[in-house]
Amino acid sequence: MPGRGDSRGLVDAGITSTAGRRRRVVGVEGDLTAGDAARRAVEAVWRIESGRLVAGLARVTGDLGAAEDLAQDALLVALEQWPVTGIPPNPGGWLMTTAKRRAIDAHRRAETFERKAAALGRELIEEEPGVDRDEMVDRLDDHVGDDLLRLVFTACHPVLSLESRVALTLRCLGGLTTDEIARAFLVPGKTMAQRIARAKKTLTDEGIRFELPTRDDLSERLASVLQTVYLIFNEGYSATSGEDWIRPALCQDAMRLGRLLVALVPNEPEVHGLLALMELQASRLPARVGPGGAPVLLPDQDRRRWDRLLVRRGLAALARAESLRGPIGPYTLQAGIAACHARAQRPENTDWTRIADLYEVLASVWTSPVVELNRAVAVGFAQGPEAGLAVVERVAASGQLGTYPQLHAVRGDLLDRAGRHTDAAGAFQLAADLTRNDTERSLYTRRAAEARVTGQRSRPLSGQPTNDRFA
Amino acid sequence: MRYLIILKGTQPAGPPPEGLISAIMELGAEATASGAMLDNAGLAPSAAGARVTVAGGELSVMDGPFAEAKEFISYAIYDVRSKEEAVEWASRFMKLNADLWPGWEGESEVLKVMGPEDFAPPQ
Repeated sequence: MPGRGDSRGLVDAGITSTAGRRRRVVGVEGDLTAGDAARRAVEAVWRIESGRLVAGLARVTGDLGAAEDLAQDALLVALEQWPVTGIPPNPGGWLMTTAKRRAIDAHRRAETFERKAAALGRELIEEEPGVDRDEMVDRLDDHVGDDLLRLVFTACHPVLSLESRVALTLRCLGGLTTDEIARAFLVPGKTMAQRIARAKKTLTDEGIRFELPTRDDLSERLASVLQTVYLIFNEGYSATSGEDWIRPALCQDAMRLGRLLVALVPNEPEVHGLLALMELQASRLPARVGPGGAPVLLPDQDRRRWDRLLVRRGLAALARAESLRGPIGPYTLQAGIAACHARAQRPENTDWTRIADLYEVLASVWTSPVVELNRAVAVGFAQGPEAGLAVVERVAASGQLGTYPQLHAVRGDLLDRAGRHTDAAGAFQLAADLTRNDTERSLYTRRAAEARVTGQRSRPLSGQPTNDRFA
Repeated sequence: MRYLIILKGTQPAGPPPEGLISAIMELGAEATASGAMLDNAGLAPSAAGARVTVAGGELSVMDGPFAEAKEFISYAIYDVRSKEEAVEWASRFMKLNADLWPGWEGESEVLKVMGPEDFAPPQ
């Protein structure tokens, strides 16, 4: 199959290295047509370059919406040209130059295609003529870290709704298409396109400038960023509706954002804490779905299937979070809890006392009945089901989680272990009636049926029926 | 999706040109900071290793070296959305070597690590 003398196997990968500086995109044998292969190669470059491109353009335009539109224009040109001309030697620089040229064109045509784009065009025309293109790109590169950080803080700005932040972040920083984001969140493409357009408009209307937060704002703004990334992760890890228990691609997108964040904000413990939490939780993904798609909860997972590379990375990120000066926050604490599980090669080796302690600290920085519920699970293992039930009943008495399926599932499990099987069956049935997740429903229904079988001798523990995103 | 990329290069005689190593380190830092590269390292010459073989029911162990003495091998593990993205990263490293060290030749194998997406969808 290798064609030219200098292509050496790269033909197999769809790209052949020619003697010149451009890489030619060629078709591969198999399912893909040459056009598909070329488009996918362009999209791969886009995935790598789009964040920096949008960030660089936004710094110059001062407007994220305009920057994103220009970047998309450049992508369209690339999709048109690269399959013919090959991928240019500096694809990022090429995209930037093309986007800027579009801005100049817009200005020259004096059309109102984009007010901000036209403003950028004017600025570029006024630059001294003959400025070296590479030098221009180098100048942009100098700012690259700061630009990306501005992009992160702007896309995750608290003036935006959480769902808008998620969409804009995946679009601008993750390099996902609107359709990809729509599919991931199970909404029609048109809905997602409107959501993104609305988010951009909100930024403009609110006069949000493409700037880094001030020192006073930093912790609030950073919290907004971390919340956005963790929501993306959780959407993948535990789908809130539909039949998919896991949509791993979203987890990977979130982890990639988390890794980008630790590079951009290396001195904030919680940024490392969030990454640690995501890597540790994701390490269990391979063990989390059983045959037929049934969920396998933590105590029942085959721990040999945990992803050791992610465990190692997660523990390293946690160690960094804990070694930095600064207050330990909820993400680091949750990562600490996840690490207790990761370190236990068998469920019975789990340090539940430490987990219960960590939940207690977590509850002190983050008052939440869900945290308390997870503490109940830990206490149930550390001190026995009755002690756990006492915590659950206090949560239930607060009335905050009455319709939360996991409350009833946790209570069901503790009751079951305390030997009160009929009560347990009722609690599991309630959990099954309340959940919107199909796989959770069949798990709770099965647990209810099992509990109904009375007079069981000490049956083995089969499932920790909490949503283990906190554990 | 996770990919393992194994890069094997045959170096021209003489020391690597000035700037090559730092350029490679810089690209590696970029790949890491972008969240795509999870792990990477260079491998010691095979003289430091061994080969364990089973043939005809017989297990044998043979000490290195095996590869050509000049061959330099490194590996990287990526977390990417598509094969094409893994190929793009591999191409960038290859191109850096080719551009900065005339006469350098090599090949990268881009191998997919099996993941949840490779197994049959739930029934």
